[in-house]
Amino acid sequence: MSKKPTKKQDVETTGHSWDGISEYNNPLPRWWLWTFYACIVWGVGYSIAMPAWPIFKDGATPGLLGSSTRANVAAEIDRYAKANEGVEAKLVAADLTAIAADPELADYTRNAGAAVFRTWCAQCHGSGAGGNAGLGYPNLLDSDWLWGGSIEDIYTTVQHGIRNTEDGDARYSQMPAFGRDELLEPEQIAQVVQHVRKISGQEFDAALEAEGAVVFADNCASCHMEDGTGDRMQGAPNLTDAIWLYGGDVATLTETVTNARFGVMPSWSFTPEGGEPRLSEAEIRSVAAYVHGLGGGE
Amino acid sequence: MSSTEPSEPAPLYAAREPVFPRRVKGSFRTLKWVLMALMLGVYYITPWIRWDRGPALPDQAVLLDLANRRFFFFMIEIWPHEFYFVAGLLIMAGLGLFLFTSALGRVWCGYACPQTVWTDLFILVERWVEGDRNNRIRLHRQKWDAEKIRKRLTKWTLWLLIGLATGGAWVFYFTDAPTLLVNLLNGTASPVAYTTIAVATATTFAFGGFAREQMCIYACPWPRIQAAMMDEDTITIGYREWRGEPRGKLHKGQTPEGQGDCIDCMACFNVCPMGIDIRNGQQLECITCGLCIDACDEMMDKIGKPRGLIAYMALKDEPNERAGKPVISVWKHILRPRTMLYFTLWSAVGIALVAALFMRSPIEFNLTPARDPLYVVQGDGSIRNIYTMRLRNKAGKDASFRITVLGEHGDQAVKGLHLIIEGQEANLVTAPADETLTQRLYIEADADSKLAHEDRTELRVWVEDVNGTGRVSVETVFNGKEDH
Repeated sequence: MSKKPTKKQDVETTGHSWDGISEYNNPLPRWWLWTFYACIVWGVGYSIAMPAWPIFKDGATPGLLGSSTRANVAAEIDRYAKANEGVEAKLVAADLTAIAADPELADYTRNAGAAVFRTWCAQCHGSGAGGNAGLGYPNLLDSDWLWGGSIEDIYTTVQHGIRNTEDGDARYSQMPAFGRDELLEPEQIAQVVQHVRKISGQEFDAALEAEGAVVFADNCASCHMEDGTGDRMQGAPNLTDAIWLYGGDVATLTETVTNARFGVMPSWSFTPEGGEPRLSEAEIRSVAAYVHGLGGGE
Repeated sequence: MSSTEPSEPAPLYAAREPVFPRRVKGSFRTLKWVLMALMLGVYYITPWIRWDRGPALPDQAVLLDLANRRFFFFMIEIWPHEFYFVAGLLIMAGLGLFLFTSALGRVWCGYACPQTVWTDLFILVERWVEGDRNNRIRLHRQKWDAEKIRKRLTKWTLWLLIGLATGGAWVFYFTDAPTLLVNLLNGTASPVAYTTIAVATATTFAFGGFAREQMCIYACPWPRIQAAMMDEDTITIGYREWRGEPRGKLHKGQTPEGQGDCIDCMACFNVCPMGIDIRNGQQLECITCGLCIDACDEMMDKIGKPRGLIAYMALKDEPNERAGKPVISVWKHILRPRTMLYFTLWSAVGIALVAALFMRSPIEFNLTPARDPLYVVQGDGSIRNIYTMRLRNKAGKDASFRITVLGEHGDQAVKGLHLIIEGQEANLVTAPADETLTQRLYIEADADSKLAHEDRTELRVWVEDVNGTGRVSVETVFNGKEDH
């Protein structure tokens, strides 16, 4: 690019030559060089203005502009909290059974409830709400509910929890440890286990079961009802269905009758002195509606 | 060329040699004006074309609706999951460039590239304000007196206005143009719109006014790729050295003996927007804009010599021309296996895209089986699988769909199988117009059914518009207890 055509021979080369091909020693275009210098200046300025050098034990130089990604996140969370204030107020005022029919509330609880569930509930109940069979964390997707599957029942359970000491309104019941406390003889336990196997439609030993029916009527029917269908008021499970919280095999049933079970759940409305409740009313309502909409809701 | 040891270190940078292209008239210049008017016209007018799509959708003919992730192009509507159309268009654009480059060299660079078009426009403005080449060179050397300041300020203001119009038109492609224009003027448009306009204005101003040919030489990767796409059959601009050399000035009343047709008038160099001398042969700077052809033809006409000392030609013809033999026809140069291969690939992608466009279903849905847990045992012992269904209603109005589940081959019902839709009594769902409905769906197998005890069973789920406009199906899988 010169005004007068140049002969190529005038151009300097670097002196390197490969197979007779030599390399021009052309200078850089000025705009490129100035862009490069400008980047250096920008870099210096940026490292002064923004958090940059990790020279302190507990962090980097703060930068003159006081920028902080942590503060940005907090501001973002505040912004969303403000944006949701309206719908949350509506949710708190709404009748629980009306949530599903209101498109705005249904949409909000589906998303907010899923977020609450993944944060606070998934540790025990699993990210898919499938529970943990054998460890006593109920599956929330099925048709069986210990304390009731209507949205009000689920809401109360989430609000106060189960068998905890921190909330006076927690759902509470206790099965006696028939074996440990010597309320039943080991033979009687073996008999009643066979009866439970029978009413739940599993294989059983007929000889033991006949006696077991009597043991059941005397010791278990007050909570589990005479037909074994359970009592939701006391959180006594239905023993006739196909769903087992701990297991329906002979060994597990024997263990359950001998030592009893005592599954607990925290109170999510629990408020420590001078603090905030674990979950806000809107969050509790959201997660109740979410769980109710997972397929098992009544 | 032999390598020479540099006597002193070369400077770190080279100042740009300013280029002052002279005005030129001729067929290529006219073609470039027409193309510029066409392309700028399309660029500025397109966002303002209206297209009726009903009340639920924007009525802009061409719209890249980033907020709603939808792309509208007249009767065509592209959803994000159909992004392969955009990928296909990009592949076509790439193959198209290969095709044009191997056939006609850097026509894109010379006629259609926005950098060329806007630079051309900026040079036109520069000439209006500051005069032609000689005036501009004088002004360039002149001290910063009142005249220079006035002319420069006028020029820069006009450039900035063009830049503003360029950036201003750009944002209209992304949102409803009339609404945005009102918002832009009363200051209520989004900061993104203003920032985009500012950036596009600044880059247009800098690239068209000051960077110009440097963008092509230093910044653009395409010329390097193009060099690899061209061969000796490619039609490109060349100087008929065998006819022009030895060059020499033409003096009045003399008939030079042994002198070529080139009178060394520098017209070809003076009009060149890249600041190169085409007589030095093929150069990476050359964008084949054809202006040197116009300049040389004009000069040849004046001195009564035939046109075409500088012309479009294929390098393969050189030996024949030198020997005075007939040359291969232009079409034989263009229609060679290489270009035909590019054309075949290009049309194959195009035909595939058009076919895919017309085979799109108005209903689209997919079904994602839940993996955690794989199945749920119900109280009565039946096995439930959970699915998330996404149903896209592209019909432009609310529509109801009936969902049915059939066996793997999609023709017979499976015994003991039930379909349940969360929150619905019947197997009907309603999807709002132009939205994606997300819905939980359960398939339940009776406790004593075969499916409940199998590992996996293939199923087919059908979605049917209740108004009978169409139905589609997807395959899915049912997980049983696997205890048979």
